Amino acid sequence: MTWRGFKDAIGAKIMFLFASFILSLAFVMALGLYLRARPILAIRPLKTLLFSSLWHPLQGEFGLASFIAGTLWVTAIAIIIAVPLSILTAIYLSEYAHRRIREFLKPVVDLLAGISPVIYGVWGIIAIVPLVRDYLMPFLSERFSFFPFKSDNYTGYSAITGGIVLAVMVSPIIISIVEEVMRTVPFEIREASQALGATKWQTIKHAVLKKALPGIVAAVILGLSRAFGETMAVLMVAGCALHGFPRSIFDTAYPLPALIANTYGEMMSIPLYDAAILLAALILLMVTTCFNMIAWGILLRIEQREM
Amino acid sequence: MFKPHIQVRELSISYGDHQALKNVTVDIPEKQITAIIGPSGCGKTTLVKSFNRLIDLQEGVKVSGQILVDGEDIYNPGVDVTLLRKKMGLLSQRPQALPMSIYDNVAYGPRIHGLRNKKELDYIVETRLKESSLWNEVKDRLHSPASRLSIGQQQRLCLARGLAVNPEIILGDEPTSALDPISAERIEQRFLELKDKYTIVLVTHVLRQAKRLADYVIFLYLGELVEHGPAEVIFKDPKDHRTKAYIEGTFIEAVKIRKTFIDQEV
Amino acid sequence: MNWRKVEENIFRGLMLLSTVIVVGSLAFILVIIFLKGLPALSLNMLIQTPKGGYYLGKEGGILNAILGSLVLGIGATLLALLVSLPIVIYLNIYLPKTSKFAQVVRFFFDVLWGIPSIVYGAFGFTVMVFFGLRASLLAGTVTVALFILPMMSRAMDEVLKMVPFELKEASYALGSTRLETALKVIVRQAFPGILTAILVAFGRGISDAASVLFTASFTDSLPSSLLKPVATLPLAIFFQLATPFPEVQQRGYASAFVLTVIVLLISVISRIISKRFTKHVVK
Repeated sequence: MTWRGFKDAIGAKIMFLFASFILSLAFVMALGLYLRARPILAIRPLKTLLFSSLWHPLQGEFGLASFIAGTLWVTAIAIIIAVPLSILTAIYLSEYAHRRIREFLKPVVDLLAGISPVIYGVWGIIAIVPLVRDYLMPFLSERFSFFPFKSDNYTGYSAITGGIVLAVMVSPIIISIVEEVMRTVPFEIREASQALGATKWQTIKHAVLKKALPGIVAAVILGLSRAFGETMAVLMVAGCALHGFPRSIFDTAYPLPALIANTYGEMMSIPLYDAAILLAALILLMVTTCFNMIAWGILLRIEQREM
Repeated sequence: MFKPHIQVRELSISYGDHQALKNVTVDIPEKQITAIIGPSGCGKTTLVKSFNRLIDLQEGVKVSGQILVDGEDIYNPGVDVTLLRKKMGLLSQRPQALPMSIYDNVAYGPRIHGLRNKKELDYIVETRLKESSLWNEVKDRLHSPASRLSIGQQQRLCLARGLAVNPEIILGDEPTSALDPISAERIEQRFLELKDKYTIVLVTHVLRQAKRLADYVIFLYLGELVEHGPAEVIFKDPKDHRTKAYIEGTFIEAVKIRKTFIDQEV
Repeated sequence: MNWRKVEENIFRGLMLLSTVIVVGSLAFILVIIFLKGLPALSLNMLIQTPKGGYYLGKEGGILNAILGSLVLGIGATLLALLVSLPIVIYLNIYLPKTSKFAQVVRFFFDVLWGIPSIVYGAFGFTVMVFFGLRASLLAGTVTVALFILPMMSRAMDEVLKMVPFELKEASYALGSTRLETALKVIVRQAFPGILTAILVAFGRGISDAASVLFTASFTDSLPSSLLKPVATLPLAIFFQLATPFPEVQQRGYASAFVLTVIVLLISVISRIISKRFTKHVVK
């Protein structure tokens, strides 16, 4: 074999090794976290850890329920806001906007996606917290003093604040995927529908969106997954107070990622604390990986159908 | 003479730099089958799609001239395009089923124009599917996805779908070119039966098909209207040498010869 | 048929409104950071490290964080590049288009891309402890490298996928090996895209706080050793904002401004590069 052929072959072997490394990375991560979380799983049943809201590390109580609830509240609010906003924007971009406008707006959406989570947090503190504290909270909590609005948290640092900031963070992801999916719907379908006398919106509503639906679902799942795992921005604006279960959008929320981030300092000093925290990280890993696999599975199927 | 259903007056259409139709003036007779023939790229599809203003969907389209349907210029700014399209049914070259069941495909047109009554929709679906001779094959699986039909069945479905909106005019853009001979023959049969009730305009590049079906023939070449007239006249005794060459199949030679003349001039 | 027009117009209005809200949010964010951050920015902040009591209002600057982020970011990007490029070359040049292995690898890249940065941070921490290491520049670099690896690879993969097959054919026809084709021809052709992918990954790497929180910790000194903790801008911002002293919070806004400017610069530069470096690119 020539020297060049040798380089080629060695290159192939090394590259294959790297590629296999990627395949194993997710499993290695799960394994690593699991091993560190094992001590606490050995002592407490998984059910208690997940569903109990008693969190007293010094007494060995590690119920993660309020943090899971906090994550769910913030994520739900973010998705409720982001999904209609993103889908409508994506439809506008792919079906209605002039080429020039689209070319201007795509980089804008990309830019939104690239802004640091900490910056989102800063913006949240400066702009959204006062908004919630001075306008939203008083207005809604007085008018509708029942679930899910009633609260006695007047600081402005609450679940809805986190949800609003997260919604803006997550929108670019949903927008770019939905826009791409809509572009894969063949032009002929729009033609056929409009040839029958449908308006542009009717065509989109009844024919195009139908075809694009799996892709839209996948986009939402990916947005959900991102919202689930976002740490910094939410930590800075959601309140992160340790008392109990959020029962209102205006209550403070303490999502799982924020818990992990906040306890960094104390983690090693209390027995089993690190195991509990890393268990939380493992839960996050499993949930987001699950979501991502489903979403990318759908998107893969769409791509293959095109071929 | 005949009663014109569509009147084209000095129609010129361009896409960006490309001039697709130049100054076309012709009448389309009512309740007859008109075939638009000519070599590829001569503007046949553009002409047919300009009748239901489907070319509006392309970017950079410029239209000048008039197209009168029942006396009204369809390019008038005040015209409701969606109602215009309701008047016309279009069969495309490749049948495009909408992503829904067979039933919903046929019912799509009536539904978007406001019809909700289930009994009426059922009736329309059955009648039109029968008219397209598809009913017997699908009557047991009306709610299964239309995409599962064979391509020949899909084209008949598109015919039923187009008929469901009660058009006056049926447009066909090479509607059988993607089909196998048997399916193609069935579609041609339908056209022959439908011409009593509808004005039919067909684009075709298959001369034999035009000879089989057409009552009236329009010959386009490079975006220009070369000749038009009743089918027997055009096929037996064409006036223009280009028409003659195309019909006799010596067209390629004629083009080559003409090109050398032009090159020499230049 | 009036209701159809009305429906269309209602939704058009909603769509426009949504787009305005999304675009407006970006403008909103940038304007606020600009307005709050720029006035509080002083030259001292940029060239000094925090002296004792900085977070309590005393003298100093964020040079430690700026340099720390740059060093960590560049290190992580290079490390990720070292792993990404071979993999992506392998997928696009060595493997056939229909390879199942390639499909699986790409699928995993996509899945890994969605894993939150805090999980990478937690995992990095686990590995650190396993090897008995302490929080350090090295640990932080490796963790961030892992975090940005999937997105860098995806971006580069997209670019390489678009290289026309005829170009590869032409190179092979001249007798090149796959490796030579990859390095001498394909990478040249895809260079602007690859550079953009690198820059975007770098931007993401220096913006993230959760991945470095456990693994790089924080320090007031400039980056000096691979085995010592290092300061990063996102964390510096966070810590400054977390104090109860308004002057320090102001400095936090200024730091946020600095980070935003860096990220914006990267975005602009990568766009310019895409446009300018197409000299050798074959169309």
